[in-house]
Amino acid sequence: MTVCQLVTRELAYRKWNFLLAILAVAMAATTYLLTSALLKSTDLTTAALVSRKVLDTERAMLRLEDEMRKSMKGLGFNIYIFPENQDLGEVYDKGFASKTMPETYVEKLANSSIITVNHLLPALTQKLTWPEQKRSIILIGIRGEVPLAHRNPLEPLIDPVASGQIVLGCELHQGPGFKPGDKLSLMGREFTIAKCHPERGSKDDITAWVNLSDAQQLLGKQGLINEIQALECNCVTIDRLAEVRKDLLAILPGTRVIEIGSQALARAEARLHAGATATQELASVKAQRSELRVQRETLAALLLPLIALMGLLAVIVLTLLNVRERLAEIGVFLALGIHSTTLLAVFLIKAVVSGVLGGVLGAALALLGIAVCRERLFDGHAIAALLDPSELAWLLVSMPVFAASAAWVPSFWASRRDPAEVLRHD
Amino acid sequence: MTENILQISSLEKHYPARSGKDVPVLRELDLSLSPGDFVALRGPSGCGKTTLLLCAGALLRPTAGSVLIDASNPYALSAAARSAFRAAHVGFVFQNFHLVPYLSVLDNIMLCGLAAAPQPTLPTRAIDMLDKLGLSHRLHHRPAELSTGEQQRVALVRALAGGANLILADEPTGNLDAANSRILLDTLANFASEGGAVLMVTHEPSASDRAFTRLDMRDGCLHSC
Ligand SMILES: Nc1ncnc2c1ncn2[C@@H]1O[C@H](COP(=O)(O)OP(=O)(O)O)[C@@H](O)[C@H]1O
Ligand SMILES: [Mg+2]
Repeated sequence: MTVCQLVTRELAYRKWNFLLAILAVAMAATTYLLTSALLKSTDLTTAALVSRKVLDTERAMLRLEDEMRKSMKGLGFNIYIFPENQDLGEVYDKGFASKTMPETYVEKLANSSIITVNHLLPALTQKLTWPEQKRSIILIGIRGEVPLAHRNPLEPLIDPVASGQIVLGCELHQGPGFKPGDKLSLMGREFTIAKCHPERGSKDDITAWVNLSDAQQLLGKQGLINEIQALECNCVTIDRLAEVRKDLLAILPGTRVIEIGSQALARAEARLHAGATATQELASVKAQRSELRVQRETLAALLLPLIALMGLLAVIVLTLLNVRERLAEIGVFLALGIHSTTLLAVFLIKAVVSGVLGGVLGAALALLGIAVCRERLFDGHAIAALLDPSELAWLLVSMPVFAASAAWVPSFWASRRDPAEVLRHD
Repeated sequence: MTENILQISSLEKHYPARSGKDVPVLRELDLSLSPGDFVALRGPSGCGKTTLLLCAGALLRPTAGSVLIDASNPYALSAAARSAFRAAHVGFVFQNFHLVPYLSVLDNIMLCGLAAAPQPTLPTRAIDMLDKLGLSHRLHHRPAELSTGEQQRVALVRALAGGANLILADEPTGNLDAANSRILLDTLANFASEGGAVLMVTHEPSASDRAFTRLDMRDGCLHSC
């Protein structure tokens, strides 16, 4: 007769106690494995979602960039150059700069070797009240194109307005009934109307164009301008504004350079916007997933200790019931000369066996549970990805230790019974 | 001079009472058993008979006095050594048999093997004894499948098979009919005749008559009659 034989006979005899102990251990093991699989599935899905989102974004950005490059190929773009220290907010707000810069700036640019800029148009723009007509107008003094020194003279883009002449927007000629050839008075000076524009539906309709030197005289700003338009700029890189800005600032340090709205600009903005949206979406996906993770972690943090405690208590109670039932037996064992350490071993081996079998059963139940609820609870991840073999091995080793620890106190108590005490009650 | 198997001198056993004062159960008790002794111990319930058996069987440490079994003091040994000593020197028979319910007849007897060093002759000796007691066809039966008489015979074989030469029996015939009592008492008498010693607590005149010596217990002391 060996200790193991004794244990197996007793296990077979008191099946229910043993089966319940196995179930208690299995319950703890299954809960542990399922919770761990659930957390792992959350992480796997998060990783997959995030990487897909990142990939999508990259692809969308590439497509936009590609489209932009195609659409801007050979397409010139227009910029404004404003004086140093000009508040751009004011420009966007009022439509023109309040600061001025010397008219010589445009010559400086024209005589430079700049290649990104093609047409240069200096102007002096101001919004003012037309005293004779008692209405507000935008007065623009223009000089026409300043030819770039290192280029062949290019075809001028805008007809210059000769000195003493004026071009009127629709609002300005329709009301008073002005016609080309008529004379009018602006701020006490007489102008001949050179042209009357039809309605354009923009601020051009309240604009009056005069020769730059006339405007400078009228506004008392001799030799000064407040903007230079550079039209049909050409760049090689996608970040063209930065490129042209770099060239311009090398020649006119401190000036402010902005791009005038165009289809290409809208596309560039769309690209930026798409990038920002994608980043935002990615962040929101990440936030959602991490919230889910926290929820599930909280659940695990509550559930796991609870189940472990219940398993522990169940094994303790079952062991206690078992040893109480066996007190007379224990007395006989001790009377027969079996040492209390041997008895302790008998009880602990029993607990270890229930731990081993409970661990195996728990693992099997967890596998089954994952297989059955793979789609519903585990986002369809493979079992191999959800249950780590090392984790399984660790569990199978720790469950017997867990059961033996739970059985320790009642077993120790039982093995230290005084046989005289037990046998006297005959 | 033949050596005593059991030598008890000036044995005192007190139990702590609830009042706080110890209650003496055994007082200045002397008893010696030599090979061939079969002693019946009689006395009113609660006089301390079981207490004496437990002290004599190295299960209950006396308050004072000495217990020598085969010339050794078991209470001088460590708990583990005393267990092993008990397995080798003392056999117990209880009124309620105390067989292990989930072990077969043979395994109940082989249980002794868990205690002492392996005894290669144990199985053959056990089968031999079971055969003599008419149990050879019951070797693989569980205790629940046996009659009370058969159960007590199994318990008896378990007490004897370990090789003890001191048997302590606490009302062993208490649950048996006349025929089964006779078998048990004959076996104990044979054991004593072959050089063992038996100390048997009993109420029954038929049982005490079968013993070679009768002692009465009164006031924690023994009186021959
Ligand atoms: N553990 C104990 N604590 C206190 N008193 C005890 C204890 N065990 C036995 N007794 C008392 O000791 C006396 C002798 O008991 P016992 O030896 O069992 O008597 P018997 O076997 O002769 O009937 C009884 O009065 C009993 O109540
Ligand atoms: Mg008694």
